[in-house]
Amino acid sequence: MNATNGADGRDARVGPVTPVLTKRWMSPRSWTLKTYEQLEGYTALRKALRAHPDQLIQLVKDSGLRGRGGAGFPAGMKWGFIPQNDGKPHYLVINADEGEPGTCKDVPLMMADPHSLVEGVIITAYAIRSHYAAIYVRGEALHCIRRVHAAVQEAYRAGYLGKDILGSGFDLDVVVHAGAGAYICGEETALLDSLEGKRGQPRLKPPFPATAGLYSAPTVVNNVETIASVPYIVNGGSGWFRTMGTEKSPGPKIYSITGHVERPGQYEAPLGITLRELLKLAGGMKDNIPLKFWTPGGSSTPLLTAEHLDVPLDFEGAAEAGSMLGTTAIQVFNETVSVPWAVMKWTEFYEHESCGKCTPCREGTFWLAQVLQRMLRGEGTPEDVETLLDVCDNILGRSFCALGDGATSPITSAIKYFRHEFLELCEKNQPALAGAQS
Amino acid sequence: MSESPNESTMGGSAHRPDATVGTAVSAVFSSDVRTKAKQIIARYPVAQSALLPLLHLVQSVEGYVSQAGIEFCAEQLDLSKAEVSAVATFYTMYKRRPCGEHLVSVCTNTLCAALGGEKIYRTLAEHLGGEERPLGHEETAGEPGTPGSVTLEHVECLAACDFAPVLQVNYEFFDKQTPESAVELVKALQRGERPNPTRGAPLTDFKQVGLQLAGFFGGRESDVDGPSASPETLRGAWLAQEQGWTAPAMPDDAPLPDVPEKK
Repeated sequence: MNATNGADGRDARVGPVTPVLTKRWMSPRSWTLKTYEQLEGYTALRKALRAHPDQLIQLVKDSGLRGRGGAGFPAGMKWGFIPQNDGKPHYLVINADEGEPGTCKDVPLMMADPHSLVEGVIITAYAIRSHYAAIYVRGEALHCIRRVHAAVQEAYRAGYLGKDILGSGFDLDVVVHAGAGAYICGEETALLDSLEGKRGQPRLKPPFPATAGLYSAPTVVNNVETIASVPYIVNGGSGWFRTMGTEKSPGPKIYSITGHVERPGQYEAPLGITLRELLKLAGGMKDNIPLKFWTPGGSSTPLLTAEHLDVPLDFEGAAEAGSMLGTTAIQVFNETVSVPWAVMKWTEFYEHESCGKCTPCREGTFWLAQVLQRMLRGEGTPEDVETLLDVCDNILGRSFCALGDGATSPITSAIKYFRHEFLELCEKNQPALAGAQS
Repeated sequence: MSESPNESTMGGSAHRPDATVGTAVSAVFSSDVRTKAKQIIARYPVAQSALLPLLHLVQSVEGYVSQAGIEFCAEQLDLSKAEVSAVATFYTMYKRRPCGEHLVSVCTNTLCAALGGEKIYRTLAEHLGGEERPLGHEETAGEPGTPGSVTLEHVECLAACDFAPVLQVNYEFFDKQTPESAVELVKALQRGERPNPTRGAPLTDFKQVGLQLAGFFGGRESDVDGPSASPETLRGAWLAQEQGWTAPAMPDDAPLPDVPEKK
């Protein structure tokens, strides 16, 4: 990046793709400490350890960095909620339990550049005065667990972890913890229960983790991509970070574009890029079969259609279009895919992953799946559409956590844009075509 | 918490006595496993946090979480067997029946399914169980634990949608599968071969993987270098390099904000 070092900040070669988090991914053995250090690795840590922790919290507040796990909560504000001088241990927990359908950004990040996560962890722990951090990695992501574990071991040997890090007097231990297969553990309080060795079920909030998190102590829970962004903010400053993205959604973001496109994959771009632009980068629709529907950020974010190609994909833009930015997991489906079928598949997912703690979600997702399966078998009636909406109405806002809300998103948005498909299914009273086979 | 010579004193055993389990625990779990259990517990500020890795550990010994495994974890953490069972049955990666040498997990969530994942699953089920009676979810073809035995399951989104449709063998990724490639892969496993994954380390078996999930990688350091960055992962980065696109340059010495005034 220094090669084009224009102090004016606005480089002519700044592209629609802006590799920051992904800039080391093509380097040989990018996951090793050696490569990481050759490419500015751990320079941000040195700078951070010379600063006052409150300066770092302020820096991240100034940068406007928002959580990359789906909710978009301002990271610096979250850190600022941790009470200081309270005599309690503080904990930092990294949510690396990537599992939202369509989401596939943290897995490649942890595989390709685990040290950027580790460096972010150390800086964040220093800022919030935590001496113990846990990285909770989804169990099925074994290669990530390996790479992150190896990176942590290398960091210990290099003196970046352990006692008196780089002579600063700051101590930090990091444990890499493997999950065991439960989507709900991506919900931060369920993750904390799981990390405490319990069933991963969400907790009632408040109290929020910032006051009563892991072992009831003040805890910051942040997503992988959020924390991996921190070293760049420390090195580049909040002003630099804000040269990308929008006023309220600053910075670069890894967009995962998947499904019926020519070149699915990871494209890091400033927040606010549109699907039209992303499709151009990804080579357009596969075999030129037109777009039918897509998710901006996983299955829990309401579907959008070809009308929404120019929606700016930042937190505000997605919300204004009636959806959510979520995890920027853009799943693209072409005209060959039956909407009711896709929605049934997602609903079966929520039914399977509902933790069972609260009634609206446990019972509601079960009934939603039953009704949709009935419709897809060709046994539905037009009233089933109203039944679906009614059940959704009884789940949304009445569930213990966001899983229930998320379960209603594909259904209500699909009926909003594709009601006719559900009705046709019932009128014809015959089984729908399943998903397209390519 | 210390090594208990007799499980009869442990929580939960006041209920129906189970003599076979009582003797099984000490017979099944060697002193090496007990040492590893202690090492796991030492990683955490609070012992119970060790439960998930302990369950991975007992699964690495038996290929599933048995009653003996549950009792072992209870004993290590001074929990009741009911408490451990409640956790073990919550998570899909803990298997309640003995697994095959290999676990094959096929993603049938929407995106993979739309690109052929369901067909892959059905084809494998028929290959392993026969057309008359396709193998069911979490069922095993072959005698569990013996060479060439394969457990099949359908799973939810594996966070690899850019490689859809995907499957995993023992949690290593086999990307962009077809029904044909998946059957070839499973046939190879049944013959005792271990084809290399697209992303991940060279295959071992389901039990060995449990040990890694419990955090023990000793002797397997080279696994870390198993492939990861397939073209899909790097597409944005390649495009940027090809086009000469970068992020805006960072200033040379970006200042940090002042220490904020105490609120």
